[in-house]
Parts: sequence; C-alpha cells; structure tokens
Amino acid sequence: QGKFTLLRDTRTDGSFLVHHFLSFYLRAGCKVCFVALLQSFSHYNIVAQKLGVSLTAAKERGQLVFLEGLKSCLDVVFGEEEEQPGQPSPLQFLSESTSDLKALFDFVWTSLTPTGSDSWKGPVLLVDDLGVLLSLGAAPVAVLDFIHYCRVAVCSQLKGNIVVLVHSNEDSEDEENELVVNSLCHHSDLILWAEGLVTGFCKDVHGQIKIIKRASLQLTAEPDLLQIYQYKIQDKNVTFFARGLSAAVL
Amino acid sequence: LVFTEEDTYGLYSNLLFKYFLAEGVVCGHDLCVASAKEHPDNILKELPAPLLDDTYRNEVGEEATSVKSEDFQDSMKIAWRYQNLPKMEASPTSSTKFGHYYDISKRMSPELFQSIKRHSFYLHEESSLEPKMKTCNMNSAYARLLQSIQRIIYQEGFDGSDPQKKQKNILRIGIQSLGSMLWGDDICSSDTPEDIHSLTKFLYVLRGLLRKSLSACIITVPAHLIQNKAIMERVTNLSDIVVGLESFIGSERETNPLYKDYHGLVHVHQIPRLNSLICDVSDTKDLAFRLKRKLFTIERLHLPPDLSDTVSRASKQDLAESAKLLSSGCGAMAIGKRHLDF
Repeated sequence: QGKFTLLRDTRTDGSFLVHHFLSFYLRAGCKVCFVALLQSFSHYNIVAQKLGVSLTAAKERGQLVFLEGLKSCLDVVFGEEEEQPGQPSPLQFLSESTSDLKALFDFVWTSLTPTGSDSWKGPVLLVDDLGVLLSLGAAPVAVLDFIHYCRVAVCSQLKGNIVVLVHSNEDSEDEENELVVNSLCHHSDLILWAEGLVTGFCKDVHGQIKIIKRASLQLTAEPDLLQIYQYKIQDKNVTFFARGLSAAVL
Repeated sequence: LVFTEEDTYGLYSNLLFKYFLAEGVVCGHDLCVASAKEHPDNILKELPAPLLDDTYRNEVGEEATSVKSEDFQDSMKIAWRYQNLPKMEASPTSSTKFGHYYDISKRMSPELFQSIKRHSFYLHEESSLEPKMKTCNMNSAYARLLQSIQRIIYQEGFDGSDPQKKQKNILRIGIQSLGSMLWGDDICSSDTPEDIHSLTKFLYVLRGLLRKSLSACIITVPAHLIQNKAIMERVTNLSDIVVGLESFIGSERETNPLYKDYHGLVHVHQIPRLNSLICDVSDTKDLAFRLKRKLFTIERLHLPPDLSDTVSRASKQDLAESAKLLSSGCGAMAIGKRHLDF
C-alpha cells in the first residue's frame, strides 16, 4: 500500500512489465487509472486478453479509467474551440504555452478519488511512459512536479500505488530524460530495471531484470536489496530464471 | 509509422520511399505525398515500374537453379561441424512472395495511376494555416502538414467517422526529408535548436492520426545532419519501425574489400511490438543493401573468407569495428554493450 514502483528499461523494451502490472492489479480488484501515452487502447487490450483480463469489461464496470494519449492529443490539436467548460483535456499542456501538467493531475485525481458506490480495493496509477511527456514539450521540472503531486495524492492520501515506466540509457544524450529518471530512482520504493544482456542479442534470453527493494528509505535504514534474474518473453507469458540457467542451456 | 534515417546523399532512401509509394499504386491504395524538396508530382513520375509476375519469377528461378547445379555434394573435411547447418540463403526465396517486385530501370506507366486517388502536399505551394487548428507551439510547416493529412483522412473517410463513406482502402502517406531546413526546422543546422519539440510533437500527433485511421506512413529524415542526439532517441521511442541506411559512398568503406559487393548497410534500430508481448525478430542482424541495374536488394551481409596468407592488422581491426556496428541490434531486443572478441 502506498508504494511507488519505478519500471526502468535500458537497451531493451520493458513494456511487458507494464502489461503485467495492469493485468495484476485488475485481477486483484483495484481501481486503476492508466495513463497510456505510447500505444493505442486496442494494443493493450489485445495483450491483456492474452494475459487473461479484458480491458473493455474493466472499463465498463468502472474499474479501469483509461487515458489514451494518442487519441486525446488529437482532440486537443484538432478539437473545436468551444471545450466543455470545466472539463479541460488532460493533455491541455500541448496547446498552451504554460507547460505545467495540472490538467493531467486533475484528471488522475478525479479518476481515483473513491465515489460513494465504489467497492474497489486501493487505487492504482499506471503510466506508460513518462518520457513521452518530455517529447511533447513538458519541462522536466513540470514532469517531476506532476509525479510529486500524484505521490502525495495517491500514495499518501488514498493509500494507493503508483507504477511508472521510463526509459534510460547510460550513454544517452537526452539530459532531461536522465534527470527525470535519476530523480525518480531516488524516490522509488521498488525499482524493476530491465536491461539488455551485456553480450548482445540472444534468442533464448531476452534480457535481465534487476529488482531493487529500497529498504534504505524505511525508518530502519537497512541497505537496499538487489536481486538479478534473466528472462525470456513468450507470447502469453514471461519466464524468469536465475542467471545462466536458461532452459536452452540446461 | 516507418521512420527511415537517410543516407548521406539521400540516394538510397529515396529509392525506398519510391518503392513504398509504388507498392501503394499497385495495390490500389490511396496515396498522399508530402515534400518540401521536390514537387510530389515529380516524385510520382519517377516511380519504378512493377514487374509482371512471370518474368521476375523466371529470373529468380534461373538464378536459384544455376546455384544448385554447382552444388557439390562433397562432405566438408575441415569444417565438418558446419555440414549439418542449412545452406544460407542470401535473399528470400521466391516461394515466400510478399508484395510486388519492381524494375527500377523503367518508369511506371501513367495508366496505372489513373485509378488511384493521389493527394499531395508541396510545402511551397500551400496556403497559410487555417485558424481551425491550434499550432501548439509547433513549427508552422509541420502544423500545416498535419492539418492537411487530417483533412484528407476525415474527408475521404479513412477514420470511419462518416458512416456513409465506408472506406475499405488504405491511405499510404510518404513524407520526404522531414526535419530538414526546407521545412523550416533548424534541428539539422544547429546544435541548440530553437524548438526541439516540434518534430517529436509532430510525430506523436501523426501517430495518433495513423492509429485512428486505415493508414500507414513512411518518413525519411536526414538523421546524419541532426546534431542533437537526444531528439533521435526520442524519435526512436515514438516510432514503430526505425531503419537506417548507411551508404558507402565517400566513406572509407567504399574501398574496403570486406564490402566490395555491397553499396551500404541497413541498420534496423527498432521493430514494432504491437498487439503482443513479443516481437518478430529475425535471426540475423547484419543486413546490407545492393543496387543492381534493375533491382535494389537487401541481403544478409556476407563477409568474404579471409584467404590472404598474411592477415594484415588493418583489416582485422576493421573487421572488429564493423562487426561491433553490426551486432548492435534493435531496441526492441537487447543491445550488447561490449563486443566480445572471438
């Protein structure tokens, strides 16, 4: 409860973790607000069905609030002048010169505040992926402010969880992105870091994942716990195994 | 959204661009061509002519049979471990036919154009922006292009919004040399451009349009001119497929005996991972292209056998360098950090 999980990938695609968390929280009965900036709804829906969850059904029963970034940006850019008053689009920052993400935060807040009739277990905010906000012109400080507000609202006040995906690269020249990622790393309770293998492409082992439990953030101040596994992604599943013990080798 | 990084002189990326459009003509798709460099009508006049099925299949069939007749059945004596591996095919066999083949020495005849609908956007002939769209602090040329594409999609019914205009056809969009100075963007000319977000915003909104409608798009960009690498990283993240063409013209590789059969390399930086957890990665990452008189082929890179008595240091170094470049695979699967020397 009240945890901030950072999904990070380097030299590979960590989106399988996003799909996992999405179906995991929906199956657990939580109310999920999914800010899906990178792909369309049908993409997530098809993968979720392979994992055993239907996003359309979840949306209909009110368990899932889905913000499809690709669709919303079209409304902002090509939309009519007369917006419904009091209902600004969550991606309002695209068209305005102010680059704060307040409208996006308001959207998250209204989606996750429990209404009287809700019976869901804890709220969850899922973001895929944060780097897109930087590409769309938001300043890194604005992105960090947005995450901070979300943490206060979702983790502290509503006792919910937040899961965010970011991309990073050691020799990246994208300084704004690295700034955001490093800052988030310091504030996360749990970091899942998917990396490509150091030796390059391999058919049987798609990458390795580092799991870092930030025990140092707790009051007891123990050192962080680090575990490393390797994984292989299949059509409906991801298998994890200890390093060097891939099924292809055994 | 297919994103192509142009080679230095733009020769080969232009070819790819024309192939994409020509395929659209042959399949009966609608076309939309946008450019700031050449007038789209001129581009369309230069599309390669499609090859009739039987002539090409005969040619390819002949090549394949001639290879097989030389096939000696001697078992290998030294490299016997490799005996059991399947014979490596440099180019796909004619049995797996996907799409059409073209003869680039001939132009496409105008009759083929008649039946398809063509839209074009030539930057220097476009009128100024209509007030209906917000520019979103985007470069005005990009904004106009977006508006034009959106208008085509909406009016021709590619997005299914108009129930009467049930479109079953696909719109193929080709945008040439995006990001170059001709579009009014200065990311290619300066290290600290004024507005680094124009291109990425444009791509994001374009992708939204593509996802919403029955369309596919190819964009070529002079990536070698973009100084700010952060933009290329963001662009790679925002595209479905990213392919880079590196031609050997003018570089030291032109005279390198390792590459004597080829005209350039193909780098696949990203392949789409859509609607699935996994993506379809091919076995090989080393692709090179070759421009024959009639055909532009992309093949697996074959390094010629090292037959010299005294293996010079220079060529070995070069081999390691090139192998390092080749083994940097796509972003969807893992990329190695260090090159392991065998």
